[in-house]
Parts: sequence; structure tokens; C-alpha cells
Amino acid sequence: MELSGSEIIAQFLKDEAVEYLFGYPGGAVLHIYDALFKADEVKHILVRHEQAAVHAADGYARSSGKTGVALVTSGPGMTNAVTGIATAYLDSIPLVVISGQVPTAVIGSDAFQEVDSVGISRPCVKHNFLVKDVKDLAETLKKAFYVASTGRPGPVLIDVPKDITDPNIKIPYSYMPTISMRSYNPVIKGHQYQIKKAMELIKRAKRPVFYTGGGVVLSNASQSLRTLVQRLGFPITSTLMGLGAYPATDEQWLGMLGMHGTYEANMAMHETDVLIAVGARFDDRITGHLEHFCPNAKIIHIDIDPSSISKNVKVDVPIVGDVDDVLTSMLKLLKDNQENTNLEAIKDWWKKIRQWRKKNCLKYNKKTKVIKPQYVIEKLYEVTKGDAYITSDVGQHQMFAAQYYKFDKPRQWINSGGLGTMGFGLPAAMGVQLAHLDQTVACVTGEGSIQMNIQELATCMQYQLPIKIINLNNRYLGMVRQWQEFFYEGRYAMSYMDSIPDFVKLTESYGHVGMQVDKTSDVEDALKEAFAMKDKLVFIDFITNREENVYPMIAAGKGQHEMELAPDSELV
Amino acid sequence: MRHIISILLENEAGALSRVAGLFSARAYNIESLTVAPTEEPTLSRMTLVTRGSDEIIEQITKQLNKLIDVVKLNDLNVHGHSHIEREMMLIKVKATGSKRDEIIRLTTIFRGNIVDVTPNSYTIELTGTSDKLDAFVGSFECDSILETVRSGVMGIARGNSALHV
Repeated sequence: MELSGSEIIAQFLKDEAVEYLFGYPGGAVLHIYDALFKADEVKHILVRHEQAAVHAADGYARSSGKTGVALVTSGPGMTNAVTGIATAYLDSIPLVVISGQVPTAVIGSDAFQEVDSVGISRPCVKHNFLVKDVKDLAETLKKAFYVASTGRPGPVLIDVPKDITDPNIKIPYSYMPTISMRSYNPVIKGHQYQIKKAMELIKRAKRPVFYTGGGVVLSNASQSLRTLVQRLGFPITSTLMGLGAYPATDEQWLGMLGMHGTYEANMAMHETDVLIAVGARFDDRITGHLEHFCPNAKIIHIDIDPSSISKNVKVDVPIVGDVDDVLTSMLKLLKDNQENTNLEAIKDWWKKIRQWRKKNCLKYNKKTKVIKPQYVIEKLYEVTKGDAYITSDVGQHQMFAAQYYKFDKPRQWINSGGLGTMGFGLPAAMGVQLAHLDQTVACVTGEGSIQMNIQELATCMQYQLPIKIINLNNRYLGMVRQWQEFFYEGRYAMSYMDSIPDFVKLTESYGHVGMQVDKTSDVEDALKEAFAMKDKLVFIDFITNREENVYPMIAAGKGQHEMELAPDSELV
Repeated sequence: MRHIISILLENEAGALSRVAGLFSARAYNIESLTVAPTEEPTLSRMTLVTRGSDEIIEQITKQLNKLIDVVKLNDLNVHGHSHIEREMMLIKVKATGSKRDEIIRLTTIFRGNIVDVTPNSYTIELTGTSDKLDAFVGSFECDSILETVRSGVMGIARGNSALHV
């Protein structure tokens, strides 16, 4: 079949079974939009800002496991997309972003809406391409999807000059179902010798702990992780990115670890003798001061990316491979040899962990008249029966959501962990809702974050997305204020916004339902009422305790055992 | 320690900036870098000289391998393997009076060639290890050197092992 460049893009997206395309039109992509309009195959979601297009594609990808796709124009369209691309890059999310570019003949002449998109995006993509010949377009598209979704996933940008999409130049097109690249062959299978070595360590372990991350979710390894951990009877903790991979309601679950992790998770990390790191990358928010990180542990590290291994922390048994593949091999070894783990020692280890648990580090005073943000999340969990997809923005509300919503399923918790992008929550929720039209989706946010992409309320109206927005409004940039209280002697520099909109009226002006709640006693009813409106977007503005802090906390540069617990925790 | 890393990469626009960008983004240092197409025109061969602890060199090779345009690479300074390295220099020096003979003798000692002559200057071509080139430069008074240009180091492993696709 003979197609133009723009028709190739439309046809390819259909052949690749792309369900949604998130985008915003502009000069350099007009030919593409025309072809999409005529073909009318892929559903296009018109956002209100290109950053939101990429976050929505990202939310779609995180919650569905498929590759998210965004289309933006050249120049400002592409630069607006950069924050979204970097967000996906830091969390290894498979995305393909197609950006328009000025015609080949004027590239480099500072043409209208020209920017070096390949150069700007280079440090925050897994790979990028500039298409210089329409004959390369179909293959480049295939390569982009292949690179984005395999190995350690990540965003890929394709920059397409306008002349490449000229509707008058037609060339033969056929869809390539697979592709191989000589320079890109990710290792999937773990090395059997290394896996055996790891199993030997695991069998002898006296105080083992599993430390899992986003890699478990990305590799769809949740089931094999559960089977392995439950069979071994070991305690397990996870990073912010890995929540849901192991059920938070299970007895072996210690809660999240790291800067705002639980006392028991961080203490178990500190005293473990065998650490089993699975699809996690030893980020500084996890390790705290490296000198105090797991001082007595032999470390096993399973990761698909060799460069993640021994990057921050030297490991003893590295295993490069797909997490699910490696865990499955471990399970097989465990079944083949009936030898057991060190049951006596593990029993003592649990005794110790139960002592730490008694601290009940997440307790807080629920009986206040002013709404505690933690209470809202607990009630949100109850009202949604723990079954909702939760997206979040960045800040205190994000930590409260991670701590108090018990995620039992992978891909249920959607947040910007690596880059920490405020403004992520609402557009990501749009992608999640589109991927799961009949499911409940809530966006936990704050009055700071939500204003970074509030315009997307219009997109939600256009496509009738019944997202529930849980706004924890403390009239402060809460996490900034918390650090200023702790480390800057309470000088609240610019962490207070003098004029905050009336969110109820604002939401109503977009055609949605707005509610405001300022009493603890009204929280549950408001949530029930909102979630009963199945086909409406409801924005609930919870006026919360102004100077609430997130505890436990390991201050930056402190060791993982040097947690600060809530000052009133013993009084509750 | 100093390491020479040989890289085969796709001969595509932007491949060089991916490598250079990686080094600046992750704060690794580049001492020298040379790149040119190989006998197979879709591939370029790059030789990169860097310095760092074993851990840093390990990260550098892993991060380079992660670049999609990198097809293969080889650290020439891996323990137990030897290699050959060469750098080329063109140096223009003042050459007047009795200096003219002295420079010819010096060039012979270093096995260089004088490739351009004017009444006041010589341009000398010299190939060898970086140390040898440094020594040659060091044998001139500073103010008699008009210009130097060095290629950066190229390297290849000794023996039968070869970096190819």
C-alpha cells in the first residue's frame, strides 16, 4: 500500500494496536492531524497542555503495562513535553513521544517554532530519533516502540520534520511485526550460576529481608514475587515505586522503606544479614547515608539494567535479568531442592520485627476537630474498599497516600517517584481512567500541586472522565514547609500561597462537581457521596491541619536507623 | 587509573553527542576522544581515554553499553591484557639559524618527519604514545612553539582478539 508520511504514522499506530494518542496540534504536525482525522482509527485525547499529554500517556502506560503514546508539535510543544518525558525516564515508563519539527530544509536556521528537540531531550530519553527520510519512518516508529517497551523500559522521542509528513509524497508501506537491532539486545535470562549462589545465601540467611522496587511492577513479576516471599516466609518492604507488587494487607509486609518509611522496614534493613534487592535501584531516598546502609548485609541484587548494579552500593551477588524470569528460576530451584531455610533463626527474626512493629510508627491523633490528612487517606481506603487506582502529585499528600492506602495490587499506585513532578497527578489520572473505564480512579493532591495542571479539568469534561480529586489543602507547600520547620528554623520562605482559588467554584466553572470539607466528622460522608457519583468528576477540597508533618522521617544524610518519629506518637 | 575504552558505534548523526553528553551529565572526565568511520561504513570506531577508580570505570562502561547507538565496547586496560596505543601530533616550531639543524636532529631522534618548511619554521609530524609526544614538546622552549595539534589516543588490543561485529 502506498502512503504518505502522515498516513504512515496513522496506519502504523493502528497496526501497533495503539488505543489512545494523547496530544495537542500545531503547525509542524498539521499533516499528521489531518491523516489521523481522516483515518479516525486511534482515539485522540486533546489535552490542554503538552506536559499533560505526556503525563496522561504515562499514567495510561503505568496502569495498563502498555506503551503510552503522545503527539506534540515542534518548539514550545516539544519543550512543554520535556517535563513529562523526564518524569517517565526517571521511573522507566515505556512511552513513545512523536514531536513535529520544522521542515528539513530550514532545520538549523532558527525557523519559527524550531528547537533542537533531539538535543534537548537526549539526557532524559532512553533513545531518540530524527527522521530524515520518509522511507525510514515506518522502521523508526517500530524501533521506537521496541526500544521503549523492552529491557529497562523508558521514553523514546521521534522528531518528525514537516516535509517528511507531506501528504503528496507517497511511498510503499507495510507493517513490520518484529524488529531486531544489532546494537540493542537486553539480557532477559538471569545467569543460572548467580541464581544458585543467591539461593545458597538465602538458605543460610538468619535475618533476611526483601527490598523490592518499581522493577517488579514493570516486569509483571508480582505473582512470582508473592509466591517466592510467602514460600520463604521472609519479611518484605518496598520502595515508593514498588507499592502494590506485594499486598500491603499481608502479614509479611513491613510497609514502605526509606526517608518516610516505617520504623520496622528501616530497622529490618539496618539489621539484615541477607538483603534481596529486586528491581530497585538503591536511590538516596532509600539508602540514607550510605555508610550506615545495611552494614551487616550480604546483598543480592536482581535488575535488568546492569548499570543499576553496584552503582550506589556494592553488591555481593549481582543477577542481571528480567525480574520475573529470575524469580521464576529461583522458585524452580527452591522446588527442586527440598532443603529448607534457617527456620529457627527466621522465627527469632520475626520476634524482633514484631517488637519494632509495636512502635506503631504511623499512629496519629484521629480525634481532632481539624482534619488530619492521614485520616482522609484512611477513609479513602475504606470507602473505595482498597480497590481504587490512586494517582498522586508530589509532596506530603504523596507520602500520606503511600503510607496509609494499603495497595494490594500492582499498577494500582501511580506517582512520580524519581523526578518528583508536581502536576503529575491529574493528567496521569486521565490516562489511568481511559485505560480502565469502569474502575474507580482517585487523584490525591494538594493545593500546590493541583494548580500545576489544573487546566486539565477541561479535558476531563470533554471526555467525561469521572476522576475523584482528593485535595489535601493545608494552605502551605507542605513538604517545603516541613523542611523549613526542621532545617531552616521555621522560616517559611515562599511556602505559603497568599491567594488560593475557591476550588469548588473553579471546579464548577469547568462543569464538574466541587465540595469542600473542613470537619473530621464530615470526611467519610463526603467521600461516600463523591464516590457514589459514578459518572461525575468530583473535586473534594479537604481543609486539613496546617502544620502536619510526615513521620517517620530520616533526614537527608542520616543513617536508616536514625529515624525521627512523630513527637506525639506516644500520647495517642 | 587511566583507561582506554574502544567503542564501535552506529555511524549516525548524534551518536557522538550521546557519548559526550553521557560524560558531562554523569560528571565523568574525558581526557581525549577520537572517532572516525570504519571499513564498514555504518560503524564508527571511537577511542576514549578517561580516568577513574575501578568502580567508576565499571559504571562508565555499563552506561556506555546502555546507549542504544553503542554496538560493542572494550576496555583496553583490563588486567591481564595488553594493547598498543598511538597518538599523532603536528607541531609547528620556530626554526631559524642554528636551530634549524638542531630541530632536524631532534626530529630524527624521535622518529618524526618534517612535513612543511618555511624560512622561519618547520612543521613536524610525530606519532607515538602520549608520553613520547609530551617529551618531544618538552624539548622545545615554550616560545619557540607556534602551534600544536594532537589527534588524541587511538588504541587496539594485542593478539588475536578483535573488536568487530
